[in-house]
Amino acid sequence: MTSLTPPATPPAVEVIGMTKRFGDLRALDDVSLTLAPGSFHAILGQNGAGKSTLVKCIMGYHRPDAGRLLVDGHEHVVVNPRQAHALGFGMVYQHFTLVPSMSAAENLILGRADLPAVIRWAEERARLEAFQRRMPFTLDLDRPVAGLAAGQKQKLEILKQLFLGRRVLILDEPTSVLTPDEADQVLGILRELTAENRLSVLIITHKFREALAFAREVTVLRAGRRVGGGPVAGLSRPDLVRMMIGSAALAEPATRAARPGGAVALELETLTVRNDKGLLAVRDASGVVRAGEIVGVAGVSGNGQRELVEVLAGQREPESGAIRVRGEAYRRTRTDMRRHGVFVLTEEPLHNSCVRGMSVAENLAFRTFDEPANTRGGWLVSRRALRRQARSLIDAYGIRTQGPDTRLEALSGGNVQRTVLARELSGDVAVLIAQNPCAGLDVAATAEIRNRIMAARNAGAAVLLLSEDLDELLELADRIVVMFEGRFVYETPRDGADLHTIGHHMASHP
Amino acid sequence: MTIRSSVETAAISTAAVLVALLLFGGFAAARGLDPLEVYRVLYVGAFGTWFAVQNTLTQAAPLMLTALCTAVPARAGLLVIGGEGALVIGGLATVLAGVPLAGAPAPLGIALLCAAGAVAGGLWVGAAGALRHWRGVNETISTLLLNYIAIAVLNHLITGPIRDFAQVLKPASWSLGEHLRIGDVPGTSVHWGLAFGVAACALLWVLMRRTTFGFAVDILGGNVRAARMAGLPVGAMVLVACFLGGAAAGLAGAVEVVAVHGFASSSLVVGYGYAGILVAFLARQNPLAIVFVSVLLGGISASGGLLQRRFGLPDAATLVLRGLLFVAVLASTTLYGRLRVFRRP
Ligand SMILES: Nc1ncnc2c1ncn2[C@@H]1O[C@H](COP(=O)(O)OP(=O)(O)OP(=O)(O)O)[C@@H](O)[C@H]1O
Ligand SMILES: [Mg+2]
Repeated sequence: MTSLTPPATPPAVEVIGMTKRFGDLRALDDVSLTLAPGSFHAILGQNGAGKSTLVKCIMGYHRPDAGRLLVDGHEHVVVNPRQAHALGFGMVYQHFTLVPSMSAAENLILGRADLPAVIRWAEERARLEAFQRRMPFTLDLDRPVAGLAAGQKQKLEILKQLFLGRRVLILDEPTSVLTPDEADQVLGILRELTAENRLSVLIITHKFREALAFAREVTVLRAGRRVGGGPVAGLSRPDLVRMMIGSAALAEPATRAARPGGAVALELETLTVRNDKGLLAVRDASGVVRAGEIVGVAGVSGNGQRELVEVLAGQREPESGAIRVRGEAYRRTRTDMRRHGVFVLTEEPLHNSCVRGMSVAENLAFRTFDEPANTRGGWLVSRRALRRQARSLIDAYGIRTQGPDTRLEALSGGNVQRTVLARELSGDVAVLIAQNPCAGLDVAATAEIRNRIMAARNAGAAVLLLSEDLDELLELADRIVVMFEGRFVYETPRDGADLHTIGHHMASHP
Repeated sequence: MTIRSSVETAAISTAAVLVALLLFGGFAAARGLDPLEVYRVLYVGAFGTWFAVQNTLTQAAPLMLTALCTAVPARAGLLVIGGEGALVIGGLATVLAGVPLAGAPAPLGIALLCAAGAVAGGLWVGAAGALRHWRGVNETISTLLLNYIAIAVLNHLITGPIRDFAQVLKPASWSLGEHLRIGDVPGTSVHWGLAFGVAACALLWVLMRRTTFGFAVDILGGNVRAARMAGLPVGAMVLVACFLGGAAAGLAGAVEVVAVHGFASSSLVVGYGYAGILVAFLARQNPLAIVFVSVLLGGISASGGLLQRRFGLPDAATLVLRGLLFVAVLASTTLYGRLRVFRRP
């Protein structure tokens, strides 16, 4: 069985001249890279640069139009993921692929390709424990996965790949749902395993810090081509940025216009919300956001932020309490949203706020398809008007798509995100609710989006910004509130905000 | 829908039909028949003569309407299979509405009768939509059960409260007045139901593909969470989609009464509702495609009689073909987006 007597070391992998076209678009253009056994290789690049396409070609999800894959010097044509697995390649994604209701142990054992018809659980358990003893970290194998924190789940994903005998691990933005601490732990484990030459790692990330601190080599892609890379040792963050964005300049950090306190725009009064399991997720949350103010909500994910956003977005019914916008009860209907200019940037846009099978133009029109400019006679949708609107938004927000009629699912992760940003920020924004708006965005896009949020604030919008990225909150927020176990437990103005105190409140009650 | 995806739909549906025909040929061969001869008779019985064509179109009319019962809610993400029940309820409502309308002048009376059937069918399936939205009851199960309930209600009424004892062959309701019946399209033996079917398909195509309502329903069908976030009235849209679908099937029942039988009896329960589900899937829930697919399926039903007489095949032979079609179509839906030729650039 492979998971017990795995080949001790990972194979040498060579990717030569990988090219992938989608119609006229060269998503990947003659890209080569080498993974020596035990390497830790990061792929960097802007949204839509072709990073995911590259690893999908290696894993057999896409058939490359040209290019070769050599494993230990032998050429292999991988046409489906199963063949990649047989070569010892495993993939870890940003989202989790575990079965939530099962325990960690069950998830590991059921992942085996050679699972017998009748499972001898005791025997499997013994193997699993023996296996875990050889790992640099331990997990409680009996807890159901649903009860694990994001960082634990990601570790379990990695454990599963190792248990399945995978020796080359490919990770596509594995840390974007993790806190910096969790990310460091996960990457630390990977680093240790590569140092022991038990694993080779190819990782896609948008975070320079991670690439510089953990990887040994990088490859930078721009518009489908390899534009640079090499050993990390000789590279700095500015070098990487320059390679990624070429001659384009990064947006300057957002400037905060001095504003007198505005009128109360968004008001929560003892809002209480239950989560899917019926447990209280938001408890008695009260607070206001004024026009021209950004209120940042800090907190470890899972402390009620998601449920709070869902209620404000109209996706979940509150248990009790009131929401008021500009002094009026807010009913979360289309009329109210429009009248008060309320917009929402949810996390996981494909899951929360888009339809993958509809076109970019249609997705951009969710807020406006019934406005006079986009209709004929008030009730016929004018496709031409939608396309026109889409073209101008695609330009203004730099969405990389082949055209307004492309289905949204063909866009890269970051460009889906941009599509939603374009839709939600292009209206007359009076109240903006945003959750992790820059997750999955590249440096340039992150800077740009933060600028746009700040610009909305400067123009008088009230912004409620929920983020797991404290740096983002410190850069943007006028006031920071800490959310812990569904309550707002601490508040501090921007001036005098202290990272330690905030962190302390995020972890527990004072 | 882009040209590319229409071509993809046409190609995959045609392939599914061909595979089903091939399998049916195998079935015929197993019974010792010459498959080619069977295909020929199938064609002649469906489209070979003017008589056959008229017969086919008559069969197609109710299918167009019952297919809409599945196709319209499907765009909102619901799988409704209640066409059979809505058709029965529509037919019953038409008979009952015939009482107060007995004295009405013909055109108005007939219009009101059809409206009664449509509204009754709409409310019937609308109830499933309401259960779904407010109580979380699975609409597929509830519409299936509503079919049985509708048939039970029909049997109860026609064997008791509204039975016409002058009808001796089988239990039936009293009949509509002669002046409240509509006849055939002039110069043919095809009744006016065909026009209703085509008109309903065209109307709903415009509604679902061109209007703001249709756009909103597409968002809902694609992702409820996105629909909620856009502030769309999800509950009302579910109800309206179910109501429209049910109304189409109810109208089919009304047409059966007004144009074909003149009364309600077990002749309303001949599987138009279930065949409509098949049509909707073959047409990929596109109202315009439903018109063509209905004619195709109508042809298969129409040639059933000839098939039986010619080859001594059992009555169920056309059901076998229908079943094969259904399986082939369901299996073919997994091909969408997988065929290289149709990959989007
Ligand atoms: N299935 C597909 N069909 C058509 N175009 C595609 C498809 N998949 C990706 N693309 C296009 O290929 C390009 C590269 O996409 P890819 O997903 O590799 O980007 P990425 O570097 O992973 O970006 P991100 O950081 O946003 O995830 C994009 O322009 C995208 O629109
Ligand atoms: Mg990607």
